[in-house]
Amino acid sequence: MAYGRGAAAVKAIEEVSLAIRQGEFIAVVGPSGCGKSSLMRLISGLHPPLAGTLTVEGQRVSGPLKSVGMAFQNSNLLPWRRAIDNVLLPLEIVEPHRRTFRRNKEQYKSKARALLESVGLAGFTEKYPWELSGGMQQRTSICRALIHEPEILMLDEPFGALDAFTREELWCALRDLQAERRVTVMLVTHDLREAVFLADTVYVMSSRPGRIVRRREVGIPRPRDLEVVYSQHFQDIVHELRGLIGGRH
Amino acid sequence: MDRRELLIRAAAPVAFTIALFLVWEAICRALAVPLTILPAPSDIFDALWRYRAPIVDNSWVTLWTTLAGFLIATAFGLVLGIAVGWHRALYAGIYPVLVGFNSIPKVAVVPVLILWFGLGEIPAVLTAFLISFFPIVVNVATGLATTEPELEDVLRALGASKLDIMRKVGIPRSLPYFFGSLKVAITLAFVGAVVSETVGANKGIGKLMLDAQAAFQVPIVFAGLLVLAVLGIALYAATAMIEARFTGWAFRGQANR
Repeated sequence: MAYGRGAAAVKAIEEVSLAIRQGEFIAVVGPSGCGKSSLMRLISGLHPPLAGTLTVEGQRVSGPLKSVGMAFQNSNLLPWRRAIDNVLLPLEIVEPHRRTFRRNKEQYKSKARALLESVGLAGFTEKYPWELSGGMQQRTSICRALIHEPEILMLDEPFGALDAFTREELWCALRDLQAERRVTVMLVTHDLREAVFLADTVYVMSSRPGRIVRRREVGIPRPRDLEVVYSQHFQDIVHELRGLIGGRH
Repeated sequence: MDRRELLIRAAAPVAFTIALFLVWEAICRALAVPLTILPAPSDIFDALWRYRAPIVDNSWVTLWTTLAGFLIATAFGLVLGIAVGWHRALYAGIYPVLVGFNSIPKVAVVPVLILWFGLGEIPAVLTAFLISFFPIVVNVATGLATTEPELEDVLRALGASKLDIMRKVGIPRSLPYFFGSLKVAITLAFVGAVVSETVGANKGIGKLMLDAQAAFQVPIVFAGLLVLAVLGIALYAATAMIEARFTGWAFRGQANR
């Protein structure tokens, strides 16, 4: 995959091979500009690869994957919709829900309400995005990415704009959500602690051209308590990954 | 506290207007300004009352020609704006032509319209339309063109078509731009209708003022101006209310940030 044309083209990603098991939580970390986001756009089928092929579940990807849920650093909620209606948005688009949306609206609504409640937003379902805090907006955004039960949930630095405490709260919310629903998650982040705390496997990318330099199994048993981030073992993994990323100091 | 705020908002413009009229009256009397140069407010209100029948009659014509032109402009502007915002090729092709057309002073078009449709209300309606659709097109197209790319990604990843993205995001998102442009458009439509009437018509406030001017009935000319101001404010207020009703989310969002 490359941006631009001819000699000026910037190769964003080169020879990347990832294997994700069903129900696995992987994290991709790397310095800024290493092509983490490009990788996500590739896998979701939003951007076609320049050379080579992309296969997801044995199928060649040529267009956007319908079984993907995405959330970004910016929650991108629609300001004219209440939280619950924002969560319902994918169901108005994805088949087969799209066809039955009007008929089963109440059923879908209670599903969305349950999802919002499971991330601690009971009582906020009828609020507009600007009535929610940044963390709540992000929770809503993740619910929106999950409502249509995608095969894979792609998160591009979803907690990047939050303060440290809210971020830790959301780590736990995401951890519980994933444990409960066994959803496959690909998390792109530059926060190593976040990656190690949440993921089963961490992939480290190098920059220009982006390639994967290390695959590291975390191996910390689940369920993980937030306390684990202060353990020596956890610190060692983070330290090891940090060493792989480099940069001037 | 809210009631006090409301009182200030409602009372301040009224008080200011009255003060303005009083100063005007005082100057006219103190300097004995001739009626044919600048009539005092008392003379204007007197003319307004004395000629109320023709004034109401002609105001009505101006009002409906303005509204008719404005409604056509709204429908046309919305459709063209969506078309222009839909695709870059359409944007590239249509936009320069629109800018060129918009830069023609509409007064210059009125004689052509009269030539085609004769003296009457149609040239006024068409002038109102021609002068007011441009801001609607530009605003709707801008609203559509500035949809966040990440939001589009979220929807495209779900398999949304261009039409889906327009319906779910683009159009609702551009509504504040659309309603904002209506406030500008209604004022322009009003200007268009009156301009057309002053160039050539057999009815309307513009025509009334033209006739009064020819007969040196200056107080009637000023009465016409006053009526125009009141009508203009009323039309603007009505559109602003519609805007607040439909796109409240856009303003509340800002108030809370």
